[in-house]
Amino acid sequence: MTPLKACLLLSCALFAIGLAGALTRRHAIIVLIGVELMLNAANLNFIAFWRFGPHPEALSGIMFAIFVIGVAAAEAAVGLALIIAIHRHFKTCDLDRINRLKDSSLPEVPADQPGAGPNT
Amino acid sequence: MMHPAFLIIALLIVAGATAAMRLRNLIHCALALTCALGGVGLLYLLLGAQFVGFAQFLVYIGAVSILIVFAILLTHGMDGGGDTLFSRGRALGWGLSLVVFAVLGGAVMSSRMLPEGSTEPLASTPAVRQIGDLLMTRYILPLEIMGLLLTAALIGAVLLAMKSGASAMPHTQPGGKAATQPGRDGQ
Repeated sequence: MTPLKACLLLSCALFAIGLAGALTRRHAIIVLIGVELMLNAANLNFIAFWRFGPHPEALSGIMFAIFVIGVAAAEAAVGLALIIAIHRHFKTCDLDRINRLKDSSLPEVPADQPGAGPNT
Repeated sequence: MMHPAFLIIALLIVAGATAAMRLRNLIHCALALTCALGGVGLLYLLLGAQFVGFAQFLVYIGAVSILIVFAILLTHGMDGGGDTLFSRGRALGWGLSLVVFAVLGGAVMSSRMLPEGSTEPLASTPAVRQIGDLLMTRYILPLEIMGLLLTAALIGAVLLAMKSGASAMPHTQPGGKAATQPGRDGQ
């Protein structure tokens, strides 16, 4: 097995583990962690193809990896902010129970806010 | 022939990722995720991409995992979700990820188009100066778009995590503080 194939197989395993976590876990933060693992698997492929490809002096794979890391950081920030906002609204992070986009529990939210203020 | 360091790092990555997906306590999940991401960074260093490796350490271990721990603590979610960890469609999810791994792994192992790859070390590891030159010349437009994206994501994250929009902020403060900040009420 060449080193490139070893790197690609490791990346496949990392992607599959992240996909399994994102598909099966119930907590929203764990799903986000699974997405991060999948992004890292893709990044590993870029670096492996850059290192063992025919033109390692071109640095294209490194540039792709740097930009992917930047986009992943932005994605993590927005995703975690969304999770915090959803938790504030529905009082849960359970993805099996958050099943509507409609703002159906709106009358409860202003009543809860003075009590929730000092805690957050 | 594989480097023995590669096997150790691969074991670290797979074990960390599996633990991050299997553990019950969310703080332990975040620690296992940090382990796996650190292993990926070590693998970048092993493959000769120093800059990406250190960027991985800085961004993922330094920022993203801290952000995840903050989110876990802010949502009071130490326990990974009630009595069961997994959602209703768990069998479908596991089967699907197994199929994805089998298809991808089979394609990798049976492909004849992959380059052979030289196992000897690179003639010269890419210097940071080269990367900076490329970022300032050929990749200047993606760099600017990345800056714009990060700024937009920062503002969006702050707005999302803020309590029920900016207009509600002055009213929740006790007595007269809203009057001292007239700029906020207009928005």
